[in-house]
Amino acid sequence: MEAISGSNIFKSFRLGAVETVQALADITFNIRHGTLTALVGPDGAGKTTLLRMVAGLMSPDSGRLEVLGLDVTANPQAIQSRISYMPQKFGLYEDLSVQENLDLYADLHGVSRKDRAERYPRLMDMTNLAPFMDRLAGRLSGGMKQKLGLACTLVRSPDLLLLDEPTVGVDPLSRRELWEIIRVLVKEENLTVLMSTSYLDEAERCNHAIVLNNGKILVQGPPEEVSSLATGRVFIADPLPGQPARNLQARLFDAKDVADAVPEGGQVRLVRQEQGQPPFTGTLAGLKLTTTPTRFEDGFMLLLHKALADAQVALPALSPTQPTMSIQREVIIEVHDLVRKFGAFTAVDHVSFEVHRGEIFGLLGPNGAGKTTTFRMLCGLLGATSGKLRVAGEDLRVARASARKRIGYVAQKFSLYGQLSVIENLEFFSSAYGLRGQRKRERIAWAMQQFELTRLARLPSGQLPGGYKQRLAMAAALLHEPEILFLDEPTSGADPMARREFWRRITAFAEAGVTVIVTTHFMEEAEYCDKALIQDAGRVLAQGTPAELRNQAKSHDGCRPNMEDAFVAIVEASRGESILKANQSL
Amino acid sequence: MNSQPTYDRPMAKLRRIWALVRKESLQMQRDPSTLLIGILLPVVLILIFGYGLSLDVKNVPCVILLEDPSPEAMEVAAGFELSPYFKTYIVTDMPQAKAMMLNRTIDAIIRFRPDFARNVALGNAKVEVILHGSDANYARIIQGYAEGVINQWQVRRMAAGKQANLGPVIVQNRMWFNENANSHYFLVPGLIVIIMTLIGALLTSLVMAREWERGTLESLFATPVRVEEILLGKIIPYFALGCIGLTLCILSSSYMFNVPLRGSMLVLAGSSMLYLLVSLGMGLFISSATKNQFLASQIAVIVSFLPAMMLSGFVFDIRSMPSFVRFITHILPARYYDELLQTLFLAGNVWSIIMPNVAILALMAFVFLLLARIKTQKKLD
Repeated sequence: MEAISGSNIFKSFRLGAVETVQALADITFNIRHGTLTALVGPDGAGKTTLLRMVAGLMSPDSGRLEVLGLDVTANPQAIQSRISYMPQKFGLYEDLSVQENLDLYADLHGVSRKDRAERYPRLMDMTNLAPFMDRLAGRLSGGMKQKLGLACTLVRSPDLLLLDEPTVGVDPLSRRELWEIIRVLVKEENLTVLMSTSYLDEAERCNHAIVLNNGKILVQGPPEEVSSLATGRVFIADPLPGQPARNLQARLFDAKDVADAVPEGGQVRLVRQEQGQPPFTGTLAGLKLTTTPTRFEDGFMLLLHKALADAQVALPALSPTQPTMSIQREVIIEVHDLVRKFGAFTAVDHVSFEVHRGEIFGLLGPNGAGKTTTFRMLCGLLGATSGKLRVAGEDLRVARASARKRIGYVAQKFSLYGQLSVIENLEFFSSAYGLRGQRKRERIAWAMQQFELTRLARLPSGQLPGGYKQRLAMAAALLHEPEILFLDEPTSGADPMARREFWRRITAFAEAGVTVIVTTHFMEEAEYCDKALIQDAGRVLAQGTPAELRNQAKSHDGCRPNMEDAFVAIVEASRGESILKANQSL
Repeated sequence: MNSQPTYDRPMAKLRRIWALVRKESLQMQRDPSTLLIGILLPVVLILIFGYGLSLDVKNVPCVILLEDPSPEAMEVAAGFELSPYFKTYIVTDMPQAKAMMLNRTIDAIIRFRPDFARNVALGNAKVEVILHGSDANYARIIQGYAEGVINQWQVRRMAAGKQANLGPVIVQNRMWFNENANSHYFLVPGLIVIIMTLIGALLTSLVMAREWERGTLESLFATPVRVEEILLGKIIPYFALGCIGLTLCILSSSYMFNVPLRGSMLVLAGSSMLYLLVSLGMGLFISSATKNQFLASQIAVIVSFLPAMMLSGFVFDIRSMPSFVRFITHILPARYYDELLQTLFLAGNVWSIIMPNVAILALMAFVFLLLARIKTQKKLD
């Protein structure tokens, strides 16, 4: 018997008075017991709707959906009694401790004392939460919260586990730990898992993948099938000497015959629309290309690119960019021996780095590493305890106001006014930055055109789709033409397509001379940066160009590590060292 | 499949309700705002209303204008000086008294004309009472006090066998149920209405809407827990918190303000709990309908707290309201509860008033709790 079987499911939502949105259209799928299935697709594809439907929290408009042999519309409670579900806003009570959260869910699922005594130590062992049992859930780091949320769904072995983007906003280290837990449980308890994710490498690790777009299933099957779609179309291209990889990537990404292009290890990985062997004509002419094995992401992007072309959605065109030769440019941000303490806790511990004009600089690190604190000090939102901090030639410790005029800041949750329309938000922010008259009109017109917001100008920003919210937030931060743009996790929770568009824009701004400082959880995005810094526990572990960072982590087996492997290796090595030191001093 | 029925056993249900109640109590203890509204607010409101907002008039500043320093005039003046209702200043010329009235250092002038003693002897003496009339109600109260003082003087004179110019009839005032016309007597019961409304409707609507907003309900829904168990998990702890607030109110009303409790304590407790259920039902209904903390609190204030304050008969008498507004008060649970409390505290167990009010409250409790149950669905669409 199938764990889940759905046929011809339709679901639409009302949006406002007249408009309706088709969230799911003609979905037919089956999930076998004991398998791990990934639900992937861009934002608004219908992933969460489908999961909620399986959890019995929504009913299909038409079609049939059976979970564990029970009809979801007729018998939702019977299903809910047997499954576990972790929503995107994992339902933790932040003012309860780790122990109390676990006990609550154990009580609700009717887990006996005896079973708890067996189950808890195992869960604690897997999640490494044992030392934090008495800590309030609200005081845990993002990764630990996610692990606790998962532990709460696993207080007993459910007949079906549903996870809605369990790894979103989590650093690579925590992500690996979460995956390890899921992997072990699937193996040992023969668990059936359906999870949505926007990390395509996660889909690759599942038994089965369902690719959703716009409420429809594009393809479903083993992930290798999706990967094989791109067979004979994936190549690695070398940039010209002196040309940054992201510059070549941007040009290739815009090319008509290319479905996808991403920087990778100082080179560019590209997926052609059609199969074929070099030499090619057009944009790809004259490039040194080598074939490379396909992966899930290649097949996924190819599918998505075709779907978008069918729907007549053109990607935003940008002004043509020329390759810039690296010339020695002035230092625009100078940080020396920066320290920030909160009471006895040192959030930022003697950090030093320099950023040159027109560079893209990445701040990487696990949750709670001190990235956001460093960031806030750079923007003049938070004072430093000690150290030197010069931004755009001004000492931020004395001249915060004048320095702020020269920077733009996009906060993690995009500070927009949800009730105001797109145009009203832009008008407000331009006035806040002191723009008026002709210049104000010009800048707003520029922003609307540059970020393709014209079509949505009258829509309240709270109702914008995720990707557009990010565009509007960026537009608002760029109205006063700042020299430096700060972006705090701009791509967190964004789908692969939106992330590529985002970086496409950032590349263009950097070439126009804007300096960009960005934090991110997606390690492969560090490849877009000129330089990046890896921070953990407040200290700088490594900094340099992406190639230098990767080299630092080169393993003895000689294989080329990707950025994420490098990151994990660097952080783990440093943590191992500090444990070693602590043991020696005992 | 035989794992299914275990979730429906009464023991399993009780265990889930207990788990939710325990969770809610822990959250209550850790959220200062809950304790603030539930415990500190009743105490603060009692102190403010009890001591600050007294409707009694005492210590009225007034001038005694003695144009005739005769023993007779001094006798009347002494009556004013010794009265707890007046705070007197002696002045001898009119312009000075007038100036004090103008800048409102005083609210009344008691004037004895130069011929006062002579007229007393003739039996047609006049004491002029000039009042600051900007607040007419207040002025009338002062007038009453002044007449009382003068009457007492006449009674004293008559007792001493002296000439008095009394009218043919003396009005003897008696206020039933509240002999001293002490405003605490009706403010404190009204206050209990307000506090029960705040804890029941406002607090509950906030905490339930918070669960919708933070998405914690979404995970609760996908467990064996039933909707009625979730609602009970909210009602039980907030009912208990309401009972603590109620106890504080009753204790302070009898020990701090000496408001008598003439009816039975049992009926008082019973009807208060009933009203608490009404406002809890209202709060749960509002939050399930709005699913948003800000909106829920706004609506709770507008439909429960403000009417309880203005339209329950607590501050303003319902009988003197325009008929349209009076009509609206009939749908307010606070009105029935206020009537119950006033009766129980000041009049006693008047069953003809208690029974219909209790019946209406019981019906309202049932309706609101049912609405809350209908509106709270394990559905997100």
